[in-house]
Amino acid sequence: MALDTDTVKRIARLARIHVDEADLAPLADELNNILGWVEQLDEVDTDGAEPMTSVAEMVQRLRVDAVTDGDVRDRVLANAPMEADGFFVVPKVIE
Amino acid sequence: MAALTDLTIAQAGAGLDKGEFTARELTDAYLTAMEAARSLNAYIEETPERAQTMADASDARRAAGNAAGALDGIPLAIKDLFCTEGALSTAGSHILDGFRPTYESTVTQNLWDSGAVMLGKVNMDEFAMGSANITSHYGPTLNPWKASSGDNAGKDLVPGGSSGGSAAAVAARIAAGATGTDTGGSIRQPGAFCGIVGLKPTYGRCSRWGVIAFASSLDQAGPLARTVEDSALMLEAMASFDPKDSTSVDLPVPSYAAALTGDIRGLRVGVPAEYRMDGTPPEIEALWQKGVDWLRDAGAEIVDISLPHTKYALPAYYIVAPAEASSNLARYDGMRFGLRVDGEDLTETYERTRAEGFGHEVKRRVMIGTYVLSAGYYDAYYLKAQRVRTRIADDFRAAWDSCDVVLTPTTPSSAFTLGEKQDDPIAMYLNDIFTVPASMAGLPAISVPAGLSDVGLPLGLHLIAPAFGEETLLRAAGVLESAAGFTAQP
Repeated sequence: MALDTDTVKRIARLARIHVDEADLAPLADELNNILGWVEQLDEVDTDGAEPMTSVAEMVQRLRVDAVTDGDVRDRVLANAPMEADGFFVVPKVIE
Repeated sequence: MAALTDLTIAQAGAGLDKGEFTARELTDAYLTAMEAARSLNAYIEETPERAQTMADASDARRAAGNAAGALDGIPLAIKDLFCTEGALSTAGSHILDGFRPTYESTVTQNLWDSGAVMLGKVNMDEFAMGSANITSHYGPTLNPWKASSGDNAGKDLVPGGSSGGSAAAVAARIAAGATGTDTGGSIRQPGAFCGIVGLKPTYGRCSRWGVIAFASSLDQAGPLARTVEDSALMLEAMASFDPKDSTSVDLPVPSYAAALTGDIRGLRVGVPAEYRMDGTPPEIEALWQKGVDWLRDAGAEIVDISLPHTKYALPAYYIVAPAEASSNLARYDGMRFGLRVDGEDLTETYERTRAEGFGHEVKRRVMIGTYVLSAGYYDAYYLKAQRVRTRIADDFRAAWDSCDVVLTPTTPSSAFTLGEKQDDPIAMYLNDIFTVPASMAGLPAISVPAGLSDVGLPLGLHLIAPAFGEETLLRAAGVLESAAGFTAQP
């Protein structure tokens, strides 16, 4: 299942990472190299093996449904690239 | 008297208790040493004023008879993956430029509650993705060790990674101990490369809250220190049950230092056949055999075991970890923190921000992760890898019927030169071939410096224990440490 440059372009789009046209082919080679190497997993008989969902043998805890945090607007905004009047400022979302 | 910076954590704690020196003097000695060792590029940000304030507070506590414990007044380096309130926390990435969290990670808070002193934030591979500390936006950290002979004699070597700054700082005596995180070997491999002890606890033992996420089902914080005893003291302070991390395990934290009895008579030590791999240098094999002999001489019983899926752990890891990373790193969109690079519209702003903010290795892994999670490929790659992961965990489960700990080498080589393996991702990934299986199974594991290579570089031996078997692990590691008598310094 070798990736072509169109697929790499699609993955880059899904990952929201800009890739220059000229870099698509070398990147495809790199990704194919890694994916080719992981294909050895096909040798493993995994019939009957459940996919691991949690490495710790534990029951998922439930927490009390209570407000334990909040009222920290200025702290939330402290690292914003742009903010105004207590809001994050972002590029226009709706045309 | 030895230089203050040469003391172990346990020795420094004893000296502080006896009033031989103050925490402020100890801290100042480290701050001076840090300045002199800046060429290693171990620290991303030094925090001398905070360190002195914390040291003074420690001295005041001790004077009032209220010392908080073994770590009170001990100067530590913190991996830049831990969020520290008001102090730069970048994960070694350009995309977190200038990020100063308004909160403190649970592990570092636990350390400060134990009286430890923060010297600064240390360098690492970007988002903990790497085995040589060469992917950091802040440049590579150098290993304080140099080869004494051979082709690489005198050349700059990598400290390992991803916790490369942590390991280099502890080895170079510019921190008494350091926090690290280990996803596939990121504490143990740099520990081995720098001739110090690196401990990855059981998944769930230390809280992940406030630790910048790489692969959430694998990431685990742990200590890097100069001795097994120091590692035990640090782990005891770092570990806790934390309701803020849903995978944190609610088990009491024992006195790990008390587990170092030196008595391993009757301990069953498993030696896995599958770790004897083609191409492993004879000096690594020889050191492994020495480790077997040391433990046997101390009264342990050596058992040949089989972990049949060992060779598949690394390729499975390179599906699981990038998949989780692609999801975790989706939050870096330039909107709420860190770098923003403007584009024509919102999507292009995301794309430009992430293209500029992430380094090459991070981009590669995010893209692999995105691909293996994408429609049509999820079953073939991701589910397959998670099934293989179950097989790997089952291998260990079966092994624990016949042994109590497993002994292996930590790494297939000693530290390599800066630039080596840089253009070959798989060659770089193979650094973690001996450490990844325990990560995939969530098990505690430790690297202990055990000898020098033919060219005078440190080599480590690696012990793995069952989940929450840290006490047994540390006891066996202590015996290994005593038998090896590793006293060499960079």
